[in-house]
Amino acid sequence: MSATVLVVDDEQPIRRLLRNTLERAGYRVVEAINGSEAMLQFRAEAPSAVLLDLGLPDRDGLELVPLMRKEGQTVILVVSARDATDQKVAALDLGADDYVTKPFDTEELLARLRVALRHRSLSSATPKIIRRGDLEIDLDERVVRRGSEEVHLTRKEHDVLAVLARNIGRVVTHDRILGAAWSREEDPRIEYLRIVVRNLRQKLEAPGPVGSIIANELGVGYRLLTDG
Amino acid sequence: MNEPVKPSPDALLRQAAQEGRGKLKIFLGAAPGVGKTFEMLTDGAARRRDGADVVIGVVETHGRAETEALTRGYEIVPRRAVSYEGHSLQEMDIDAILERHPDLVLVDELAHTNAAGSRHPKRHQDVEELLAAGINVYSTLNIQHIESLNDIVASFTRVRVRETVPDSILDMADIEVVDIPPDELIARLHAGKVYLPQEATRALAHFFSKSNLSALRELALRRAAQTVDAQMLDHVRALGLGGTWAGSERVVVAISELAGADNLVRAAKRLADALRAPWTAVFIETPRLQSFTPEEHRRLAFSITLATQLGGQITTVPSTSVIEGLKTFLAESRATQLIVGKSQRSRWFELRHGSVVDRLVRETPAVAVHVLPLAAGTERPGPRSGPVRGQWGDPLGYLWTALMVAAVTGFGSALFHVLDLGNVALLYLLPVMVAASLFGLRTGLFAGLGSSIAYNFFFLPPTGSLTISNPENVVSIFVLLGVAVATSQLTARVRAQADLAAASARVNSALAGFLRELTVLSDREDVERMICAEIARLFGRATVFLAPSGVQGLVVAAASDSSYKLGTMDVAAAQWSFDNRTAAGKGSETLAASEWLFHPLIAGDHALGVLGLSDEGAGAAVRPDQLPLLINLIDQAALVLERFRLEGEMRDVDVIRTRDRLRGALLSSVSHDLRTPLTSVMAAADALEHGATPELIATIKAEAARLNRFVSNLLDMARVEAGALKLNIDAIDLSDAVTSAAHDARAALQGHDLRLQVPPDLPLVRADPQLLHHCLLNLLDNAGRYGDPDTPIVVEGTHRYGTIRLAVLDEGPGLPPGREQEVFETFRRFEGSDRAVGGTGLGLAIVKAFADAMGIAIEAANRQDGRGARFGLVFHSELIVRAAAPGD
Repeated sequence: MSATVLVVDDEQPIRRLLRNTLERAGYRVVEAINGSEAMLQFRAEAPSAVLLDLGLPDRDGLELVPLMRKEGQTVILVVSARDATDQKVAALDLGADDYVTKPFDTEELLARLRVALRHRSLSSATPKIIRRGDLEIDLDERVVRRGSEEVHLTRKEHDVLAVLARNIGRVVTHDRILGAAWSREEDPRIEYLRIVVRNLRQKLEAPGPVGSIIANELGVGYRLLTDG
Repeated sequence: MNEPVKPSPDALLRQAAQEGRGKLKIFLGAAPGVGKTFEMLTDGAARRRDGADVVIGVVETHGRAETEALTRGYEIVPRRAVSYEGHSLQEMDIDAILERHPDLVLVDELAHTNAAGSRHPKRHQDVEELLAAGINVYSTLNIQHIESLNDIVASFTRVRVRETVPDSILDMADIEVVDIPPDELIARLHAGKVYLPQEATRALAHFFSKSNLSALRELALRRAAQTVDAQMLDHVRALGLGGTWAGSERVVVAISELAGADNLVRAAKRLADALRAPWTAVFIETPRLQSFTPEEHRRLAFSITLATQLGGQITTVPSTSVIEGLKTFLAESRATQLIVGKSQRSRWFELRHGSVVDRLVRETPAVAVHVLPLAAGTERPGPRSGPVRGQWGDPLGYLWTALMVAAVTGFGSALFHVLDLGNVALLYLLPVMVAASLFGLRTGLFAGLGSSIAYNFFFLPPTGSLTISNPENVVSIFVLLGVAVATSQLTARVRAQADLAAASARVNSALAGFLRELTVLSDREDVERMICAEIARLFGRATVFLAPSGVQGLVVAAASDSSYKLGTMDVAAAQWSFDNRTAAGKGSETLAASEWLFHPLIAGDHALGVLGLSDEGAGAAVRPDQLPLLINLIDQAALVLERFRLEGEMRDVDVIRTRDRLRGALLSSVSHDLRTPLTSVMAAADALEHGATPELIATIKAEAARLNRFVSNLLDMARVEAGALKLNIDAIDLSDAVTSAAHDARAALQGHDLRLQVPPDLPLVRADPQLLHHCLLNLLDNAGRYGDPDTPIVVEGTHRYGTIRLAVLDEGPGLPPGREQEVFETFRRFEGSDRAVGGTGLGLAIVKAFADAMGIAIEAANRQDGRGARFGLVFHSELIVRAAAPGD
């Protein structure tokens, strides 16, 4: 089954580039050049995923996100030159699955799309066990092992890891993580989250600076990286 | 109402004449020996360093070693020998200089007289010719050589110099006053450092007294200030900003309290417009002002206000007689046209008093007198003589007079046996004169009458009755009465004049004090406050200054005290006053229901703001006789504020110029740095047609990434310049931030081994994650670009003494010693870093701008081990997040 991807962008070169890239990766591509055409195509084709530009000639692409989200579980990937963090957070809060800034690395775009699609198809059943290298995270049992050795995590570290793991490969905003892992009485603050993430990295990652397991999305949130 | 002011033709001509001409700069000194030549040579040397072609035309060193030393390095145009009566004199060679045509020539002693046989008799004429040829000239001059000051200087120094230069040459020059305190100059004189011609030594010794030098110094400073003012006015006029016309005609209109005076004002405005002449409305303030009716006050105030509205000057001349006051003013103001009103008086009145108009025409032959009829029925009360105060005088005065007469009578009868009758009559003069001078005419007459009766009754035979037996005694009685009349007249006049003198002295000192207060201030807001405070002090009422402020309309810019109240009516009056450039509010024609009187501050054809005077506390509106003073003060204030505005405009022009220069630098560097990677990408893409190689693909990727960096830097800089930086402060884990930056900068760091030495347990810091990310990216990018290939780049984090430092260290040429901080300037790339590294010079400027915005300090230095440069971000304790418990 080849999934259908709707590409919404008013720039013809970008549409051509995306079409080539996506078709090479085995997707079926439909195009729209503005907001109203996008909604028509969205309803006619019921695509599995939408690559959405924000700067459309007739309306702000951000307005389309809640409309599309209301009508189904389609993966929405915002592809925009806007790089302000508040725009990214707004898109994610409105229901977008991920956010890629132009200029983008096509490989990375495809990876994000793949992750989002996979996540969507599995959304009802998150895998119980996540493996990365010699690391094994058992979400149900709340146990993390490196090789055969158990890594001890605090309750908060488990909570944060669980949120990220359920959204593996996808960015999760700070607010969402804080909302899921901290109760309101605890006065959730981003400082706490930073410390927990730092501790998690120290416990989970192999020594060395790069090769992070939890990626930092500047000013937006964190993403648990997948293996491939 | 006011037509737009056209640029003054004279001023335009003067400015046009300057174009294409050289510029003259005069080093003006108070006396020989202040160091003018020295200053000129130093300044010239500075121009030379700037790359100008500077030569010496003539410089007199008088054998002074310091001066001599300064001339070294200058090209000196050799002087020309002029032979005169067997003597051979060395004069400046003007032809050689014209031939040589330098940018700037130094010509010492502007007032010098050339030897006979030279082209021009005076050196300043040589200078004129050089200027006309487009050569800039620096010259020196002592104050006593200025023609208009020659007499003054001679009057107190008793040294007259024959070599003078016309004032006009100063007016087109930039003047720099070379100033040293008199004591220092005298010390230099004693130390033999001042050159004096042998024969003049004795005369000049007197010249160098401290008082003389102080006076000369004051003259020099004042003359320089005057030139600056005149040049400023020229500039203003050439821009058509208003001010006075510099024509030769001058119109004066005499206004009065009579009905119809406003028509005279309008006529004056028309005449002045037709003649393109400045005009003045003058009010001759006679003692009669004190007895004006409210209606007369109102009419006078209206004429005065009207004259200001129509752009006339207002002057009040205190005088006891209208004709005398007018004559004095006409002479002082060099008026050529006079407008007066003629009242419809009876023939009989004119026969008795003579016509004012006839006398004016007869006594001011240089002035064309225009006589206009005043509205009918404005019969002016005849000239009123006598004391000013009250009709009948103080009742207490009569009591005192009666007592004095009684006392003299008692004294007289006590001594009657030793005095004769005539002496007693003389005694009675005493109370008469005292009463007349102290209490005025009627009391004086009362004293005379009382004295006569007492004299007659008690002393004249037959005593005890009021009959007079001897006819010669009748004379004594008339003398007593006559003395009373004469004395009271005299004292009344003296008193009136003293009052007027005091009043005009008050006005003058108020004006002078006001100006003095205003001129010492250099800040516009201080000036506005001072204007309010001074006017409040002089008029005894709360004062506010309202100025337009962007979209809000008029807002209060300054107030004499902060408790002022402005209602909607008052604000409306202020706005009306501003829009119509006319007085409004209490005591005016418009919106008189307001509690304030508003006067606009007008400069040229626009209002700068309005000044409001409160009614509260004063009880009544501003008196009409105070209006001219108020208007004068407001005019002065407007001039001062206008000066600030013009200065501000000039500063703005400077800012724009700087910005233009920066923009030019940006464009050239951006077009270079954007096109280079584009060229590589396009060339590589062309080559792809013959088959893709990994190398080509790598090139395209790397160059595109480089292009992307430039673009985001440009966007960042634009955001900083537009002031649109919005901070989004978060707690940040530095090791996290460094890791992300290293990831994003990996393309720029190719060929370098990146070593991250950031301890994982550094406290969190407060910063904007994106801005910090861009700072780090640019620092890494910079290190990658300037570090030698295949050398490691170290990112090092330290936490010491409550401060966190994050430093990027490269191994390369480092920074030029002593100029480390300059790297953060926009477009700064050090010359001599000849490696083809590219880069707009924007990166580090962005680091600085972003770091500044977040309160992070930055450091740039060479590494202590000398292997390269080290750039650091410093987070002081207030940016460090106290250890927070994540909760568990």
